[in-house]
Amino acid sequence: MTATQEAPPLTPDITVAPVMKRPSKRLPFPLVYWQTAVGKKWIMALTGAALMGFVFFHAIGNLKMYMGEEDFNHYAEFLRDLLYPILPHTVALWLLRIGLIVAFGLHIAAAASLTRMNQKARPVRYQSRRDYLAANYASRTMRVSGIIVGLFLLFHLADLTWGVGFINSEFERGEAFANVTYSLDRIGVAAIYIVANIALGIHLFHGAWSMFQSLGVNNPRYNGARRAFAAGFAVLVAGMNISFPIAVLTGVVG
Amino acid sequence: MNLTLKVWRQDGPHTGGRFETYQAADIKDEMSFLEMLDIVNERLIEDGREPIAFDSDCREGICGTCGLMVNGQAHGPQKGTATCQLHMRTFRDGDEITIEPWRAAAFPIMKDLIVDRSPLDAIVEAGGYINANTGAAPDANLIPIPKPVADSSMDAAACIGCGACVAACPNSAGQLFTSAKLNHLNLLPQGQAERWKRTEAMVERMEQFFGSCTNHGECQEACPKEISIDFIAYMNRDYIKAKIKNRKLQGQGFP
Ligand code: SF4
Ligand code: FES
Repeated sequence: MTATQEAPPLTPDITVAPVMKRPSKRLPFPLVYWQTAVGKKWIMALTGAALMGFVFFHAIGNLKMYMGEEDFNHYAEFLRDLLYPILPHTVALWLLRIGLIVAFGLHIAAAASLTRMNQKARPVRYQSRRDYLAANYASRTMRVSGIIVGLFLLFHLADLTWGVGFINSEFERGEAFANVTYSLDRIGVAAIYIVANIALGIHLFHGAWSMFQSLGVNNPRYNGARRAFAAGFAVLVAGMNISFPIAVLTGVVG
Repeated sequence: MNLTLKVWRQDGPHTGGRFETYQAADIKDEMSFLEMLDIVNERLIEDGREPIAFDSDCREGICGTCGLMVNGQAHGPQKGTATCQLHMRTFRDGDEITIEPWRAAAFPIMKDLIVDRSPLDAIVEAGGYINANTGAAPDANLIPIPKPVADSSMDAAACIGCGACVAACPNSAGQLFTSAKLNHLNLLPQGQAERWKRTEAMVERMEQFFGSCTNHGECQEACPKEISIDFIAYMNRDYIKAKIKNRKLQGQGFP
């Protein structure tokens, strides 16, 4: 028995030709999720959740900055030795990094392909001014805030992970605290960090809520909590991250 | 009251269109929006001009034939109201009202304010049915259905297929309509036999025509039947599950 679950062919009553091409061959599970928008949104939600976990623990870890140079550098060293001696040095860290790279890649690829789909779905825009009722600033600027965060991520890596010369000329591998304080003491760099983290907060405000819908996590009993969670999470993460450049600039840290 | 209308006029599917301005004088507040347009049309006909083409049928908010973008809002400013049930008392004397057709690639404009919404039918055709036994009618209430489940299914079944959700969505996504049509069957015991097949078929048909949901929630605000985006979440969940369920079904000959 070959049970194909394809929809029956279109009847002549359907006088509009399909707008989107559907893949002719279905991929095996779980790749099949990549073949529909609903599946891609599911992947976006899962990778988004993973990235949320990352930004959260990244910010929590960086709070060590407030405990001084020794603690902070010790923490940075600890990350390299995560799960040591079960795994060799830096292996756990690299596994996490690979996971993050994959999550970022899928999140961005899904966003790009769904954006194209949405542009195709309305090639001619409304000719009069739209009056939005529910769509808020955050939900309508996800693409922009996402791009800002993505570009910032590259800058941030160049600044404090790779130590690219023209961005962070004083960079020294292993001196995490000195690198951070040197970098954030420059007003221009601090401003970049602050602006990017505001964008991150806005992205999270919609993303952390939207995630529940895309995953189908919906129960009228706790639906109110989903909004509160997203708002709280966005404020918490953005707040922690924005506090670092401010603390360095004002001399609280450094 | 006296109003100024800016109405989208377009001769046919493949011609360009433009806004034209009309004066609507002596409009009474108890008139519906469509009655107001009828009056404007009568005057246009008297002047020997082409009346404004728009769709309507029941004019009591149950058929889903009407639907206009009024001042940038699908079905106009009143929540939970189809255009035919929108009354002129929601406007003030001297207002300028802009009227545009639904816009989506899947809803080509036929003429003026009329669009072809047959892709919505295509979604229902793909799976909006249940198998029923023929023969003697079964006893009523033979299948116990919890009241909240029946209520929820009924809420979904309230969809009149007007397409305002697509029109209001910044992505032209068909999620609210599809999830309503899907869930009023998926929630009930009678709909279980085809549940997973239906979910896959309707979602994949939807994606041949419409955009992808980014959870703005605009559809829920525009919907004249106030269908909740909760149904979209249920649909997403069922779709993800359907892929796993169907794999089991296909165990004896997975392509
Ligand atoms: S879900 Fe609401 S807006 Fe969409 S077609 Fe049904 S009744 Fe109209
Ligand atoms: S004309 Fe039937 S719903 Fe408006």
